[in-house]
Amino acid sequence: MALDQSFVGRTYPPTDPYEVGREKIREFAEAVGDANPAYTDPEAAKALGHSDVIAPPTFVFSITFKAAGQVVQDPQLGLDYSRVVHGDQKFVYVRPVRAGDRLTVTSTIETIKSMAGNDILDVRGEVHDEAGEHVVTAWTKLVARAAEES
Amino acid sequence: MTAKIAYDDIEIGTELPAQTFPVTRAALVQYAGASGDFNPIHWNEKFAKEVGLPDVIAHGMFTMAEAIRVVTDWAGDPGAVVEYGVRFTKPVVVPNDDQGATVEVSAKVAAKLDDNTVRVDLVATSAGQKVLGMSRAVVRLA
Repeated sequence: MALDQSFVGRTYPPTDPYEVGREKIREFAEAVGDANPAYTDPEAAKALGHSDVIAPPTFVFSITFKAAGQVVQDPQLGLDYSRVVHGDQKFVYVRPVRAGDRLTVTSTIETIKSMAGNDILDVRGEVHDEAGEHVVTAWTKLVARAAEES
Repeated sequence: MTAKIAYDDIEIGTELPAQTFPVTRAALVQYAGASGDFNPIHWNEKFAKEVGLPDVIAHGMFTMAEAIRVVTDWAGDPGAVVEYGVRFTKPVVVPNDDQGATVEVSAKVAAKLDDNTVRVDLVATSAGQKVLGMSRAVVRLA
């Protein structure tokens, strides 16, 4: 069943702050095998003009995707998450995420489309720091594959 | 931000140093833990096959994280990346053997934009298949 178009433009309440820790950034950088010292050495990060270690570009997805759970699990929207695959992902950065940030995410449903029985959902996550400054925006396209005929 | 590459030294068509990234089952388990994405299609072969996949597949976000390293290693400062987007076109299939899979990433400057930024187009393949489409980053150079 196609998703309700009236959800387009719906914005969900901001999430509780996520505090970005140096060791979480290190753990993520190690997991992707990236030895760039800007991720682990505060002095190296400062030499590049950052106030503390910064996070790899895709790190923030863990935070925005968790926030998008409000959309994905909204019982009124009724998305079948067991059929969802990640279609596209895009980030636009005002500045890199860095250790010490306390980030909130505000998720908005940008578009809902139905193509060949698949439901396609674009969710925008606006990420702000504790001062209310915009840090990054994440766009996530989710595709719920058509249910098989039973 | 202090990229080590100067905007004026770059031309459209400039190629970035290509890289090959290994993807093993152990790496996927480590990435699951670090990212919090514990979907069993990324570590449980039985589950992956039950949902119609050929084998365990890498997290799309893992592949996305690897591909941008070609850009961040080139620019020097990862904070120089101002935009990055991809489409997940094919999964990276990761067999349970000593080798795992590899993702090969090449990139070149496709456009020179305002404010010392350039658009870099990336190509990521695994087992001869393109695994990321529309893969583009905008980077601010010195």
